[in-house]
Amino acid sequence: MTSSDRLDATFAALADPTRRAILARLASGEASVNELAEPFAMTQPAISKHLKVLERAGLISRGQDAQRRPRRLEAKPFAEATEWLEKYRRLWAANFQRLDALLDQMKFDQLKTKETKPARAKTRGDHR
Amino acid sequence: MTNAETFTVTTPSDREIVVTRVFNAPRKLVFDAWTNPKYLPHWMLGPDGWSMPVCEIDLRPGGSWHIVWRHSNGQEMEMRGSYREVQPPERVVSSESWGPEWPETLNTVVFSEQAGKTTATITVLYPSKDARDAALKTGMKQGMSQSYDRLEAYLESLGS
Repeated sequence: MTSSDRLDATFAALADPTRRAILARLASGEASVNELAEPFAMTQPAISKHLKVLERAGLISRGQDAQRRPRRLEAKPFAEATEWLEKYRRLWAANFQRLDALLDQMKFDQLKTKETKPARAKTRGDHR
Repeated sequence: MTNAETFTVTTPSDREIVVTRVFNAPRKLVFDAWTNPKYLPHWMLGPDGWSMPVCEIDLRPGGSWHIVWRHSNGQEMEMRGSYREVQPPERVVSSESWGPEWPETLNTVVFSEQAGKTTATITVLYPSKDARDAALKTGMKQGMSQSYDRLEAYLESLGS
C-alpha cells in the first residue's frame, strides 16, 4: 500500500464510533475478541468485521497466543494519520492564543469607550 | 474546564475537518475579530515568524477575500476565496484556495454564545475524499515526531 492508500484505509477505519472505541480499549493493552465484544451490544461476528477493517488499515495486529489470538494496537499508521491533525491543531492553537489576547484588548477598549463617552458617541466627520 | 473541552480538532467524515474552540468573549467581538481586516492580521498568523501584510475582505455574499502571509525569511503564502453566506454575528461560509494546484475548500464558521462565552465551530469541507487525503499527504511531508502520548491524547479527544 502507498502511504496515501494507507491513510485512506486509516481514516475509513477511524470514521466508525465502534472501531474508535475498540482502539481506545486497545490503547490500554491487548485484548481477545471476546473481551473486545463485551462492552458492545454486538455479536462476535459483528465485532470480528470491525476488527478486520482495523487490521486491513494496519491499526491492529494479532498477538502470539494462538488460543486467545489477542488483538493489539499498532501505533505507526495511527501516528501517520494523527500527525497531520496534530500539526493542524498546533497551528490553530497558536492562532487562538493570539485571538484570546486580542479579544481581551477589544473588551478593554469597549469598556474604556463606554467610560469616556457615557453619552452618544460623536459622529466622525471623515467617515462616509 | 480542561483544554480538551474548549478546543477540539476532529474528522467527523472523510471529507471534513472540524475545529471547535471556546472564547471568553461575546460573539459580536469574536465575529469582528474573525472578519474585520483591522483585527485578523493580529492573530491568524500560524506558526511564529509570520505576518500578514495583505488582508482584503469584502464581507458580503459574493464578495472576495485575499490574504498574503510573509515569513521573516522572505517566504510568502497566499490564499483567496469568496463569501457564500454572511450572517453577522452568527455564521460565515466562504470558499478558500491556496492556488490552482490545491483543492478549493468550503469553510463554514459558526459562532454561538452562551453565558458571555462564544464557541466557534470551523468546518472545512473538501470537494472529495481524494482532495482531503492529498492535503493530508502534503501536510505530512513536513514531518514531525510521533509518540504514544499523542496517540492516547487523540483517542481521548475522539471520545467513544
